[in-house]
Amino acid sequence: MNRRQLLQSCLAGWLPADSPSRVVIAREKGPAPARIPALLDRAVAAFYGVDSPLDAWKKIVRPGEVVGLKVNCLSGKGGSTHVALVEAICERLQQAGIRARDILIWDRLNSDLESAGFRIQSGGSRIRCLGNDTLGYEGELLAYGAAGSLMSKALTQVCDAVINLPVLKDHGIAGVTMALKNMFGAIHNPNKYHSNAGNPYVADVYMLPPIRQKVRLAICDAITAQYEGGPSYMPQWSWPFNGLLVARDPVALDATGWRIIERKRAEKGMKSLKDAGRVPAYIATAADGRHRIGTDDPQRIERVEV
Amino acid sequence: MERRTFLAWVAAAGEDSRFIAEARYYEKLPHRKIKCKLCPRECVIDDRERGYCGVRENRGGTYYTLVHSRVCAANIDPIEKKPFFHFHPGSLAFSIATAGCNVNCKMCQNWDISQARPEQVRAQYLPPRELAEVARRNNCASVAYTYSEPVIFYEYMMDSAEAARAAGLKNAVVTGGYIQREPLLALAKRVDAIKVDLKGYSEKFYKEVVNGELKPVLDGLVTMRKLGMWNEIVYLVIPTLNDTDEQFKGLARWVKANLGLDVPVHFTRFHPEYLLKNLPPTPLQSLERAKAIADAEGLHYVYIGNVPGHPAENTYCPKCRRMLVERAGFTVKSMEIRKGKCRFCHEPVAGVWG
Repeated sequence: MNRRQLLQSCLAGWLPADSPSRVVIAREKGPAPARIPALLDRAVAAFYGVDSPLDAWKKIVRPGEVVGLKVNCLSGKGGSTHVALVEAICERLQQAGIRARDILIWDRLNSDLESAGFRIQSGGSRIRCLGNDTLGYEGELLAYGAAGSLMSKALTQVCDAVINLPVLKDHGIAGVTMALKNMFGAIHNPNKYHSNAGNPYVADVYMLPPIRQKVRLAICDAITAQYEGGPSYMPQWSWPFNGLLVARDPVALDATGWRIIERKRAEKGMKSLKDAGRVPAYIATAADGRHRIGTDDPQRIERVEV
Repeated sequence: MERRTFLAWVAAAGEDSRFIAEARYYEKLPHRKIKCKLCPRECVIDDRERGYCGVRENRGGTYYTLVHSRVCAANIDPIEKKPFFHFHPGSLAFSIATAGCNVNCKMCQNWDISQARPEQVRAQYLPPRELAEVARRNNCASVAYTYSEPVIFYEYMMDSAEAARAAGLKNAVVTGGYIQREPLLALAKRVDAIKVDLKGYSEKFYKEVVNGELKPVLDGLVTMRKLGMWNEIVYLVIPTLNDTDEQFKGLARWVKANLGLDVPVHFTRFHPEYLLKNLPPTPLQSLERAKAIADAEGLHYVYIGNVPGHPAENTYCPKCRRMLVERAGFTVKSMEIRKGKCRFCHEPVAGVWG
């Protein structure tokens, strides 16, 4: 590793940009909801190449840290991060030495969290669950490229580490929404960043330092995935993928998830996202020389199916 | 911006049904989607999502404004602060705003409210009749819809304008002018004056700096003029971005050809803000160059703004060139217009003089 690579690695809290980016796709053969804890264990252990899931979690977090779980709850029940998945992660975090009160489940609004089945919890010794409307935003603007935003205090003041928990789904404007776009929930003005299919805004927002420095892992909920009509939950365009995608590289995860959605669209006789006029070009932007958030090159993505 | 408190603040966060009303201009689409028809952006919005403005939300296929009567800034300002120089000079305007905006100008001076969602800023409940009453009680001649972007609180502005007019007050709008024709036509029936921030004179500038489009703004200005509304134009001169001779000349020629010589044009000084903190304030020479170009095109009322004490803050008779309104900042020091005419040569002076 040369000095430049070392600096990039330190700045991003990430693997060096030219290392293969691993994406684990863990799937159940049958209905997955009842087997979410086992699925999670298999996915995380495979990602870290360890036998014990607990050993994997100890690589992600350290006792004493405050860990944020950035869920995606905009679509209510059906199209949001499963509560059972979040519960399983909380269980493993506590086994890894994180105190319950040092876990924060968060998204934009309390009402979004509640509509997805989470219960708002603000204090005491229990796991906290709060929206940005309660947590608040910083007063100072952070800017990168075309983005200028106030950051949620969940990221800046509460959490030491964040686990990104998006959902694998289509997006009517941006093409797809997964790990990169889920961090729109960490800023005060996501409505400003949907023009031009979110490009370059999604990549620019992800470059804001609190996001780059604190997001340690993405676990994409693909138990129920959606290939059309998103981000609202549309059961007629959803299918039981019965899986999870795990990666540290959000670009590799999104590129992989995009391919899964395209395959499903082709299988259903639908236009590709490009032909539908909403190719998620922000994924390539996130991988370009200016951003270097990760890679979208299939040759440099180590895809592991378990 | 000074923010005086006239009423109790309500909690910023959380749901409050008092602020929610169905939007007036939108189209229902299949699968609980909607298309907003208020501004030219025409956002297509999924259920539970908001438009670009951040203050309108699709709830189950019905589109709502979340900022009706939800005032986040309320001040009593001189009308000159808007600036309106030819509309009831020396009077006070009860000035209000809600959160939100339908563009995202990199130079925004009020980005803390214009780029926020309603639940992110403190707000007061100020329904239309109460607004009119508070304005009247404070000796204001008008209600001004300003600071952020009144187009995005359209329903509140329309209801308030009706209440204000019933209370004997005028209505003045300070806007970027990024609005569709149909809502503009309805607005024109209720308000008395519109000041448009013409933010640049190229589509490139509007795309890159404003996140909007120039053409609908120009079309709107022509419509306003045809409807006989009182208009003034502000052009914020930003170093290196919209300060070429070609842009000034293009603007002046367009105004002359499409609006006439009597529309006041204010070239105002930029101060580094928001996403343009890397640029310096506008040099005075740029403002004077802009004014000289517009004067040379024959425009009758060309001003320089945000430069207190500059002679181009004053109004001069287009015929005899005598000073008719002397200003110091936002204060009117002398007034030599009588019944809409120059006191010295009796030349009509365009405006609404009260």
